[in-house]
Amino acid sequence: MFQIIRQIIKTGIKTEAPPEPVASLRVHHQRLQQEILDVFGGALAIRFVDAGSCNGCELEIHAVNNAYYNLEGLGIKFVASPRHADMLLVTGPVSHHMAVALKRTYDATPEPKLVVVIGDCGGGGIFSSLEADNYACCGSVANVIPVDVVVSGCPPTPTAIMQGILTAISAQK
Amino acid sequence: MPVKKLNLQRIKGAIPAWHGKIAEADLLPVCAAVREGGGRLLALWGSDERALSPEEAKTALVSAPSLNGFALHVVLVNETGLVALSLPLSAQQPVYPDLSLIFPAANRMQRAAYDLLGIKAIDAKDQRAWLRHAAWREGSFPLRKDFVAVCQHDSGAPAGEEASAIVQDATQIQDDYPFVQVEGQGVHEIPVGPVHAGIIEPGHFRFSVVGEKVLRLEARLGYTHKGIEKLLENKALCAAAKLVGRVSGDSTVAYAWAYAMAVEGVADITPPDRALWLRALFLERERIANHLGDLGYLGNDVALSFAYAQFWILKEQVLRNNATLFGHRYLMDKIIPGGVTTGIDESGKKTLRDESVMLEQEIHTLRSIFDEHAGVQDRYMGTGRVEPKLAAALGLCGLAGRASSQTWDSRVQFPCAPYDKLDVKIATHHHGDVAARVIVRFDELFESLRLQRDILINLIGGEDLAYPVTSLPPHRFGAGMLEGWRGEVMVAIHTDEKGNLTRVHPHDPSWQNWPALEHAIMGNIVPDFPLINKSFNLSYSGCDL
Repeated sequence: MFQIIRQIIKTGIKTEAPPEPVASLRVHHQRLQQEILDVFGGALAIRFVDAGSCNGCELEIHAVNNAYYNLEGLGIKFVASPRHADMLLVTGPVSHHMAVALKRTYDATPEPKLVVVIGDCGGGGIFSSLEADNYACCGSVANVIPVDVVVSGCPPTPTAIMQGILTAISAQK
Repeated sequence: MPVKKLNLQRIKGAIPAWHGKIAEADLLPVCAAVREGGGRLLALWGSDERALSPEEAKTALVSAPSLNGFALHVVLVNETGLVALSLPLSAQQPVYPDLSLIFPAANRMQRAAYDLLGIKAIDAKDQRAWLRHAAWREGSFPLRKDFVAVCQHDSGAPAGEEASAIVQDATQIQDDYPFVQVEGQGVHEIPVGPVHAGIIEPGHFRFSVVGEKVLRLEARLGYTHKGIEKLLENKALCAAAKLVGRVSGDSTVAYAWAYAMAVEGVADITPPDRALWLRALFLERERIANHLGDLGYLGNDVALSFAYAQFWILKEQVLRNNATLFGHRYLMDKIIPGGVTTGIDESGKKTLRDESVMLEQEIHTLRSIFDEHAGVQDRYMGTGRVEPKLAAALGLCGLAGRASSQTWDSRVQFPCAPYDKLDVKIATHHHGDVAARVIVRFDELFESLRLQRDILINLIGGEDLAYPVTSLPPHRFGAGMLEGWRGEVMVAIHTDEKGNLTRVHPHDPSWQNWPALEHAIMGNIVPDFPLINKSFNLSYSGCDL
């Protein structure tokens, strides 16, 4: 126990450490928090759905919960059921095999709800063939459920993902 | 049955590999002999060779194994290297003998080969669809060259209608998967997925439980099937590299390198020395980042959220250094056929050396916290055991295999340059439980940090980063394999009469290891499944393709 406490003290608060342009990050933190207070009363619940991603975007969505980005510290958290969610975060080109599950997850999410697409392939991208139709994919998330915001990148950085969530919230006002 | 002498040709490239045609009668005896000698099945796939003219099929010895039919390709691995065998199949009745009695891991690969190409393991007991759910109908096979994709979103209908049409179309094809059912008093089923509670990939798990105890787990995957192998047909060399780098995003370096290795073997070029050192640097950094992330989650899953916070701080620092020095947090698209796209300067080397020192200290501290934490060890020890004997029978590979006494590591067995100069130390354990998989991760982290230091010493600047690879010779077969963080990643390529990529098959170690997970959970309690699952951390996308 002593070792754990010593390590925690030694580590300090990483969210304030400046390994990247933290100044701009901080602005986002505050804006994000303000928006959430305005719209969702300080708590936004996100249900994540992988609709055929390569797992690259998932790595970055994991990263927004690390100490540097600390999304949960802002009152935004990932929930285990669409019934508890205000927002769906969707990755992947929507494989046909996931289309039904994605549609059902969307239907199970109560109104008002938002959909944020993470990554290039959710809006076409590398798994969509230009010459021929891909038999296995729906092409984009928007072909299956309504979409509010698309965050591009392969994969998008954690900062970009946070920006996407922010944009979605401000768009609803 | 005596096996006739096989006519194998050495495949050029960085790893020892041979390829040749095999007759149907020889396939099972050869597999059995390899199994007997401690070898394993690495990969199994098929290709459509019907377009070949009979003359081409006769002369094109390497990649055209059949007279206008299909071909089954099986890659076996033993201490000497890879042996790729191609079995010609007839166009009318493409069937071959079942390999799953010799290699249990063949089961799902054979079913996938049927779903995609319509070639059948004729006497196999399990003929259930694997990769095909509802995206295409039974009797149509996407990897046949005459397959026509049903164009669903050029219908001209408004977007909303189109969407519901797609979903309806998918639901119309009945998608009832016959899970094996467990019967008895008090037995019930828990279905989980495809959408999971956490931030992970989709798949379906069917638990048969009595009380808290799991009697049986059956996984059903294929949800992220996005037609990668079809998309890879006739792709340009660099475009294919990009796509292969996205088969499984967490192993992008391993895939890109394995693909580049296959292409370079066929093109008969060796990348610049400097590029090879950089590739090894990237691969070890991928291993470091993934092991750090996994160890954090393995702490989190036993309620030690402290470990999650700590390890993910370290992982983030590695990723940020990747972004600053190489331009991508996960090093995607940094390895191309012929070399690499980015180098490193002296100040970059210093950054990485400093990072290594920091990581080593921090990981030592965290490891001693894990070791001395009674609660953590209580959850880890004996949980999700795969006995070495079972691991050998199932062909368990990679990290999970090493934690169950399967001492295989491609960096050690087949050290391609620059690993031949690095003398990698293999990390193994014999307990086969979650604790062992954690220990192997820690050991491999320290080894990768050591390798990174050695690599930085050997990396010298000034040379080219890549030699151009513009075209490939016709009718060739090539294979590349590397030890990714999860296990051995292999990419095989076939070229057609013009030297285009007619077939590319990426193989993920998760094919071998998913069935072992089903054994590991038996007799454990349901709440330990997330922990056991995480300790394997297998890829869905990597084998759904």
